[in-house]
This record gives sequence, C-alpha cells and structure tokens, in this order.
Amino acid sequence: MKTLSYILASGILFISFSCKKDNKYDSSVKSSLSVEFDNVVGSSDLQLNTGTYTNALSQSFKITKLKYYISNIKLTKTDGSVYTVPQAESYFLMDESNSASQKANLSVPEGEYKTISFIVGVDSLRNTMDVAARTGVLDVSAAAADMYWSWNSGYIFFKIEGTSPVITGMGGIFQYHVGGFGGYSSATLNNLRTITLDLSARGTAKVKTGSQPNIHLFVDVLKALNGSTNIDFVTTPMAHSPTAGQPVCNNYINMFSHDHTEN
Amino acid sequence: MIFFFAGIYACKKEVLNSIFSGFQKPSNFPEPAYHFTTNSVTKEGFELGRKLFYDPILSADNTISCGSCHIQTSAFTHHGHIVSHGIADRMGTRNAPPIMNLAWNTSFMWDGGIFDLDLQSVAPITNHLEMDETMSNVINKLQASSQYPSLFKKAFGSDQITTAAFLKALSQFMLMCISSNSKYDSIIRKQGTVSFTADEQEGYTLFAQKCGSCHKEPLFTDNSFRNNGLTPSMVDDQGRFIVTQLNEDKYKFKVPSLRNLAYTAPYMHDGRFLTLDAVLDHYSSKVELSPTLDPLLQQENTAGISLTTDERTKIKAFLNTLNDRGFLFDKQLSQP
Repeated sequence: MKTLSYILASGILFISFSCKKDNKYDSSVKSSLSVEFDNVVGSSDLQLNTGTYTNALSQSFKITKLKYYISNIKLTKTDGSVYTVPQAESYFLMDESNSASQKANLSVPEGEYKTISFIVGVDSLRNTMDVAARTGVLDVSAAAADMYWSWNSGYIFFKIEGTSPVITGMGGIFQYHVGGFGGYSSATLNNLRTITLDLSARGTAKVKTGSQPNIHLFVDVLKALNGSTNIDFVTTPMAHSPTAGQPVCNNYINMFSHDHTEN
Repeated sequence: MIFFFAGIYACKKEVLNSIFSGFQKPSNFPEPAYHFTTNSVTKEGFELGRKLFYDPILSADNTISCGSCHIQTSAFTHHGHIVSHGIADRMGTRNAPPIMNLAWNTSFMWDGGIFDLDLQSVAPITNHLEMDETMSNVINKLQASSQYPSLFKKAFGSDQITTAAFLKALSQFMLMCISSNSKYDSIIRKQGTVSFTADEQEGYTLFAQKCGSCHKEPLFTDNSFRNNGLTPSMVDDQGRFIVTQLNEDKYKFKVPSLRNLAYTAPYMHDGRFLTLDAVLDHYSSKVELSPTLDPLLQQENTAGISLTTDERTKIKAFLNTLNDRGFLFDKQLSQP
C-alpha cells in the first residue's frame, strides 16, 4: 500500500512536471521577441554629428550617417531546432538617426533561444525580385532611396559617412558604401555576410506569451573601420562600389556582439 | 435623341479601344526577354506610362522629361548630341541609347548595370547629371497632382501611387516602342513584293560575314558586351568593368542594335562618331589592340575588319534597309 502510494505520488509528480513543462513554452504559439542593434563606437555610445572618435590610425572623425540592412534572421532553440523568420517579415533597416528602427520586432514560436543569425544586407534573391516585392524598407522611393545603387541594380548593405580633419578635399567627408550581392548574369563580388551569435553565455532569450524578451546586441562601428584593413581616411575617403567596399565589409563582420538579453 | 448620341459615343469609344492591341511580338522576332507575367501591358497602363514618359514632373526642376533626351523622331535618341545634357545643362558622359525593342534586351545601359527594365527608370530620374530628382519626391508630386491618382487607379486599381506601379507604367510604354517595320523586316516576313536591290542583297551577305556575329539578326545585337577597339577618351570610361569589376570586362560596352541608324547619329557609347563612314573607318583601320579587344576583331595579329570601298558601299546600302520611318511617326508613341 505504501509502495503504491509512492508510485502514485511519483506519477502525480511526473505528470505535474510534464504539465509544467508544457505550460512553460507552447511552440505552436507565437510571441514577441525583439532584437536591438545598439550602435556604439568602441566604449562610447554613438552620437551622430557631435561625438568625436579616433580610429586605429589615430585619425579623429565624426559620424554623420550610419545605416545598414539586417535580413534573413534565424533563431536556434536550446533543443537545437531552428526557426527561420519568414522572408517577407525579415528585412530591417537600422538607421542611427531613427531610434525606433534599431529594434527588429519579431513574432516567433515560444521557446528558449540560444543562437541568432542574420545577413548584413539584402540577399541576392530579394535583390533580383520583381519591383512589386520591394516594399517597406526595400522601397526605392522611400526608406531605401539612399540605400540603392540605381546604376548597378542592387541594395547598399551598409553605409557609414562622416567627417575627419585629416581629409583635405571634398569638405573633409568620408563615405563608405558597401553592396554587391554577387551579380545577376555574371558572377561578381559578393559582400553578403552571415553573422551568427551565441546567446548562451550572456543570456538566452525566453520567448513566452506575456513577456517581451529583447536580445540586446552591441554594434561597434569602430570595428567597421579598424580590423583586417585599417581604413585610412587620407588615402581612401570614399568607397562606392562592391570592390572598394570590401575591406569595410571584411571588417564589419566582427562588429556585432551579444551584450545581454532582457527576458 | 440622347440615346442616339450615347450609342454613337459608345461605338466610337469601342473603336478606339480596339485599336490598342497590347504587346504583339513581330513574327520574325524571337520570344521577348521581359517578364510580362508580372506586368502585362494594358491600354490604361500604357497610356499612363506614355504620359509619365513625356512629363517633366519627373525631373527636379520640372524641366526635363524622359522624352527630352529620347526623342521619337530620332528613334528615341538624342540625335545630334554626343552626350546628353540634363537639368541645368549638366553634361553626362554617354550617348543616350534608343528606347527601342527593349522587351528583347537582357540588360540596360551601355554597361548593362541594370538587369530589369522596371528598375531602369530610377537611374536617370535620380542621376545628378540627368533629372536629379528623388524617387520619393516624384511619387509625392504625382500623388499631389490633380490627374495622376485617378490614372493610376484605372491602370493599377489603386489611387495610392506605389513605386512598383509607377515603374511598371513606364515599362509598359517602353515595351510598346517596337521597331519592326523596316524594309528588311518586310522582306524577311515576305510581305508584299518588296525586295532588296542588288547592292542591298550583296551588302546583306557581306554584313552576315563581317558584322552579323555581334549584330545578330533580327534585333541586330546579341546583347553581349564587347570591346570594339575604341581608344579610351579623356573620361576613360571602362564600361562593363564599372559594373562587374572583372578585369576581363574592361572597356566593354553593350553591342547596340543597328536598326534606325539613319536617325540615331552620333554613334558609339560616347557618341564620338558623327557619321556611319566614321564608324566604318574605325572598324576597317582604327581598331586599337588591347588586352580585352574582342577576338572577332583581331584576325592573325591584324586588328579590325577588312573592308574595300565597294564592300562599304554595299554594307551601307543594307544598313539603310534597317530604317523604320513609321516608328518615328507612330502616333501611339507620341506625346499625347
């Protein structure tokens, strides 16, 4: 009798445990998750137009514009399953001058997520799609107006502009525009890069109805200028083509880091 | 009485409607390259596109329309202009290509930087040297106008003007700019009793031997990019290389069609040759050797195409059969 009660009790415990687990996440239900792209310069917050910074070559500079596309977001749960944000909902234009733009607001199945990956830029498929599929942040008459190369059909993936006293010509401005999706008819330079960040060390994202988890990323734009190529404002104040932009592209793959998750 | 008039009016309207036959592939042309599945040409879309094409509202200071540099009576080129001038008389670096048979083009611009006709119009509208306008401002101006919202509604079902509807309307007009009624076409299609003269016929044979592999019939281009041995000018325009950044593409430009040459001088990407004779002089004796010179233009270490005076005369006679005067005066394509 005693044994039976133990068995019953453990059975009840087991049932209640599985109930609890079922209650915790229901993967058939979608809930909100935001991903914040917090632009910084080294250890300072990025201040457009006013902040003064220094690159690896000891050249002082200010940033007047910073915009980049984030697309094709994928999230991996702690159980290893992967959720791909539907393509049509997966394009975001991060604009430093518009703080609302710096959060990608997603709706994803409930669960605990340990990894996020995304493309910096606009994938080649969308880059070649019919103009009717280019709406929202991809509309060349609106948000994408200054993020599109009309002469060499394709989106600009990443754009940083500013001024430096070391640049003597052209009003002391620098402009680095990175694009190039690999070409439509002949294979050309591809500056599309996928970034994958592990969230487990600094906090997984626990997506559940009623909570508003936010994956807080730091985007250190100093790393777009410093890295495998230290961008020299004097010799290279401009990049307006896939080739010219490639050194910046190869640098900025290292500018994203996970700071923390607000669950 | 009122009914009587209404009846006549309706009939008249139907007759007008029936004149518009949409996009029709000439029987001697191949299947078009354009994606009509996502933008089929309708009467309303075409007429809206035509109105937009001729409307200077597309430029920053409302002074220049597409039709300013693509003039119908010059087969939609800027005849007489080596390069075109945009607003405030700013000069470009390339010769305005014709708006002609674009449904068969696989890329646009001299360097092929644009791969979809629907995306083409963005380039001249936003180019500082051309119309220098922003796309958002164009859409705003159109939306605020008294006429356009209802025209967009008729053509695309909504009076909210979208980028896609705007660009597709322009495409619809450009797709209808088909030149396929030259003497050559009539002969190929065996229409009537027209035939080549002896010179034209011999010119046709010579053309096929010496020019036809790049200027492929019946569109007289194979849509490829080639370096035809022009000495780079001060501008040092590297053509296709600017787009692909592949060394093998240096100084390559799109092979232009040879239709309507009589109306489209000057020639070449930078309009450097004012006459057909100058063009033939180039091919026969002035082709410059360079690493990317087209292999078809270098036979056994000699650059260029050998041409006797007699051959030149005959080739020119044949080229003249590619002129389509009806295209220049087709009322359907004219400013309404």
